[in-house]
Amino acid sequence: MRAFAALLRRDIVLSFRSGGGAGLGAGFFVLIIVLAPLGLGPEQSLLQSAAPGLIWIAALLATLLGLERVIEPDLQDGTLDLLRLSSLPLELVVLAKVVAHWLTNGLVICLLAPLVAPILFLKPQALWVLALSLLLGTPGLSFIGTAGAALSAGVRRGGMLLALIVLPLNIPALIFGASAVSAIQRGGDPTQALLLLAALSLIAAVIASLAGAAALRLNED
Amino acid sequence: MLHYANPQHFLSLARRLTPWLLGAALLLLAVGVYLALFVAPPDYQQGEASRIMYVHVPAAWMSMFVYGCMAAASVAAFVFKHPLGDVAAKAAAPAGAVFTALALVTGMLWGKPMWGAWWVWDARLTSVLILFFLYIAYIALWDAIEEPARAARMARILCLVGAVNIPIIHFSVDWWNTLHQGSTVFRMDGPKMPVSMLTPLLIMAIAYTVLFAGLLLVRMRTEILARRLRTLRLNLEGAPA
Repeated sequence: MRAFAALLRRDIVLSFRSGGGAGLGAGFFVLIIVLAPLGLGPEQSLLQSAAPGLIWIAALLATLLGLERVIEPDLQDGTLDLLRLSSLPLELVVLAKVVAHWLTNGLVICLLAPLVAPILFLKPQALWVLALSLLLGTPGLSFIGTAGAALSAGVRRGGMLLALIVLPLNIPALIFGASAVSAIQRGGDPTQALLLLAALSLIAAVIASLAGAAALRLNED
Repeated sequence: MLHYANPQHFLSLARRLTPWLLGAALLLLAVGVYLALFVAPPDYQQGEASRIMYVHVPAAWMSMFVYGCMAAASVAAFVFKHPLGDVAAKAAAPAGAVFTALALVTGMLWGKPMWGAWWVWDARLTSVLILFFLYIAYIALWDAIEEPARAARMARILCLVGAVNIPIIHFSVDWWNTLHQGSTVFRMDGPKMPVSMLTPLLIMAIAYTVLFAGLLLVRMRTEILARRLRTLRLNLEGAPA
């Protein structure tokens, strides 16, 4: 448990130091939201109906950003070899990486989203559903993303590969997340979509812990 | 299974089987295409355009079947350490991607006269498109990692993660589609298919499967030989002059 906490703290501290990517995802997220009206035009009804999807797409892309720093540096500087030797199971190493990535990336997006959503004229009653859907969904994105990062670590210019692996697997989260927010905005009931979103994150937690640990174990020459 | 874990045994078997499989595939394809284009009756609603079905439906079946084969091969490699598992999965992937692309393209060709649009965000079309992306990601992972043994281990994991996720993706796309579109454009529950249409369809499906098996053996042989060549080259470079 102490090893887990130490690893978690190390990863969080590193992501705030220079070269880390703590604010990167959140900044990118806000940027997409601000740019959307410039591309789509200022018309309120169009932006309002597009807002749930746009915000979720922005969240999906923003979580991709920090992923290259999750496993890759550890592989390069030999930390990964020490982690393999340590008593901490690799599944928990993956979990620590996921939690660190989510705290510095997903959680920030959850907190920022209700603040920037009014730019797209998202209805006020949908704001809490938006925050809740991101809170339920972004951990799943971090899990799948970290597993993808473990798979593509050690690949030169692996960013594109990482996106190619992670994005198709995250499509279900995008569908349920955006539809939960759309539902409440159109006066419907978002419960079903939110429950499914939570289920997706739980499934992702199981699959990604196992797959990520297997990838860390086997990703060596 | 274990006997053919020895690449030498496998290579000699594959060498003997390949011409038979490819020959049978050609014969079945010829018969299937003849029956589909000339013998089978045109559909009473869709007319001659329904003949695309004989190319399209087996390709769509194969797009799923090949991924299933890849997942089975990956399990064989992962759990039982079968040395040919990775080779088989790698060799199958491009074939699967091509079948998927064929299903998509023929689907679009059929969709234009039937639905009036090349592309509709129909649930089935969308999940086949995502399946295509998964194939591409799998192939890209193999290509991106230079060392074959390491690439094999990573690709195994990705293949199995994809296999677990395919039903989830399919289900969520279905759910998304019913949410966004009240009625589907096209439904399969017309009259039951007459034998004159079912026979060419099944012959085509068998032809595709046999063709896949033949191509798989060719590609697996190529892969095994390419690996040997690589080892020989590395040894040659490593050896003192």
